[in-house]
Amino acid sequence: MTELIIRDLHVEVESDGAPKEILRGVDLTVHGGQTHAIMGPNGSGKSTLAYALAGHPAYTITGGSVVMDGQDLLDMSVDERARAGLFLAMQYPVEVPGVSVSNFLRSAVTAVRGEAPALRTWLKEMRGAMADLHVDPSFAERSVNEGFSGGERKRHEILQLELLNPKFAVLDETDSGLDVDALKVVSEGVNRVRAGGEIGVVLITHTTRLLKQIPVEFVHVMWQGRIVAEGGPELAEQIEADGYEQFTGAGVAG
Amino acid sequence: MSNLRSYDVADFPVPTGREEVWRFAPRTALKPMFDDAPSEGHLQWETVLPEGVVLREISTEEATARAASAPVDRISALAAKHAGGAVLLEIPAGSQHPEPVVLDLSGTGREPVVWGWILIEVGEGASATVALRHFGTAMYAGNVSVVVKEGARLEFVSVQAWDDDAVHAGHLATRVGRDATLRTVVVTLGGEAARLVQTVDYDGPGGDADVRGLYFADAGQRFEHRSFVNHDQPHCRSNVVFKGALQGEGARSVWVGDVLIQPSAVGTQTYEINRNLLLDDGPRADSVPNLEILTGDVAGAGHASATGRFDEEQLFYLRSRGIPEEQARRLVVLGFFADVLDGIDVPMIRSELMRAVEAELGYGDQESA
Ligand SMILES: Nc1ncnc2c1ncn2[C@@H]1O[C@H](COP(=O)(O)OP(=O)(O)O)[C@@H](O)[C@H]1O
Ligand SMILES: [Mg+2]
Repeated sequence: MTELIIRDLHVEVESDGAPKEILRGVDLTVHGGQTHAIMGPNGSGKSTLAYALAGHPAYTITGGSVVMDGQDLLDMSVDERARAGLFLAMQYPVEVPGVSVSNFLRSAVTAVRGEAPALRTWLKEMRGAMADLHVDPSFAERSVNEGFSGGERKRHEILQLELLNPKFAVLDETDSGLDVDALKVVSEGVNRVRAGGEIGVVLITHTTRLLKQIPVEFVHVMWQGRIVAEGGPELAEQIEADGYEQFTGAGVAG
Repeated sequence: MSNLRSYDVADFPVPTGREEVWRFAPRTALKPMFDDAPSEGHLQWETVLPEGVVLREISTEEATARAASAPVDRISALAAKHAGGAVLLEIPAGSQHPEPVVLDLSGTGREPVVWGWILIEVGEGASATVALRHFGTAMYAGNVSVVVKEGARLEFVSVQAWDDDAVHAGHLATRVGRDATLRTVVVTLGGEAARLVQTVDYDGPGGDADVRGLYFADAGQRFEHRSFVNHDQPHCRSNVVFKGALQGEGARSVWVGDVLIQPSAVGTQTYEINRNLLLDDGPRADSVPNLEILTGDVAGAGHASATGRFDEEQLFYLRSRGIPEEQARRLVVLGFFADVLDGIDVPMIRSELMRAVEAELGYGDQESA
């Protein structure tokens, strides 16, 4: 089985010209086939963890290690990590003007699979995946994320998840900005990928909404750049009932 | 904004650099073209002429009578004076030409100066595509006149694919007839220096001019593009889109977009935009939109201009999907140019230009233009 092992991860960002430590020793192990949730109030460092794993240049690793499938992830470039099987569904997907969704998807699939898919089967595959996620076929010719609504961006992220079929996926606030119907469509997409039984999934969220649609086995609570509590799905229920104060001290709302 | 047009060279003294219109110009490179001197210099021509179009030489007098506009500056006045007549491309009235007319011009050295004059006339109701491409090396002062008659339609692409030591100054004079449609795309990729001025005039209501440009300046290259849209007819439209990418030490671009809406031009619809993408710390791009409105009755008028660095977030997004860095950069830059390139109807020319832009990025499989 594949595993993603994060050990004592420390991450800094530059803030007002000075380095600022955001992650202060994160430990997390995810096995292929498992689904984990990382929960925590806004600002606790969840997205920082996601970006640091993906290799975003704004996040400097100052300590610790990340090993995926026996390979040192931190030693790889952003695109090498993706080709090695890591996927990040972003909280704020980026607009890329002038690059069509179909060109983008085909380029990504070609890079990750190591060869260009045959054109005919590819079109069928792409259109099928779009239909599954209720993405209008006209989106194929639109610029990546440009003018997409919040919900459309999220569906487009999950579309990529389905087509790229990674070993590990980190989904950052995929539920935010989704109405009930869109949440259902997106969750079904994630569950289709999980049904293969091989992918390791990390759901990042500050609410329990998504966890009602996507069953998780492990819940980790992040606060001030550390995992401060861990448990099973009951932990999410506890958070839903009593909020985050029990882990963070008084005065913090989700 | 200056709207002086004249065939009289005396109307245009040798520029000192203090004049507004020469302020940004690569004057040192252009200097040989300020001399009022005839020249034997010629470019080599290769043409592809679809059935029915006519290419012939005409006298200076005839060219003067038929041209879209008189010259706008010293170099264009000298080119008209010394070109020894002009080459006229006629698209007969009513004829339709889906296949492009191709005029390939090439030079073999920077001496002597070459004075050139080309006229393109699209007859009433006709439709055509013309690609004018420049290769090799030259010190070239080239006037191009484009007249699109009533109800006609022309797509005109001018590609500057010069070698890196060419110098090119030009006046692209365009005139749009009543209910006629003109789309021009000026693509400057090669040459040490280029200064290309385009004028747009209208002959009657309903004229539609789409003026696009794309440039990619590398280290040491200086490209200046100016457009002057002179709205003096009612209910016409103009849309000006220039996009530039620059990389390397001393890469320099200038865009000046003038739009003048005269009191007579009621119901005008106009928009102009210039955007520049700086790929590293070396280049500098100047961008000056000027919109002057002298009527109270416009249908719409606006302008925009922006110069920005390469967007690292876009690059990160593409790379996070496994796309290698070079390919991701190429996608972002081609994406930046997409609204100019997609406007080119002829697939052959569009894909050739995309390859040329990729080559500029240094990742293509062909020599840098
Ligand atoms: N690129 C960045 N530059 C500066 N500060 C950042 C950056 N990314 C995150 N931070 C800071 O790090 C902290 C954690 O943010 P984030 O990881 O986005 O939290 P979460 O996703 O849990 O809401 C916040 O204080 C935030 O302002
Ligand atoms: Mg976040």
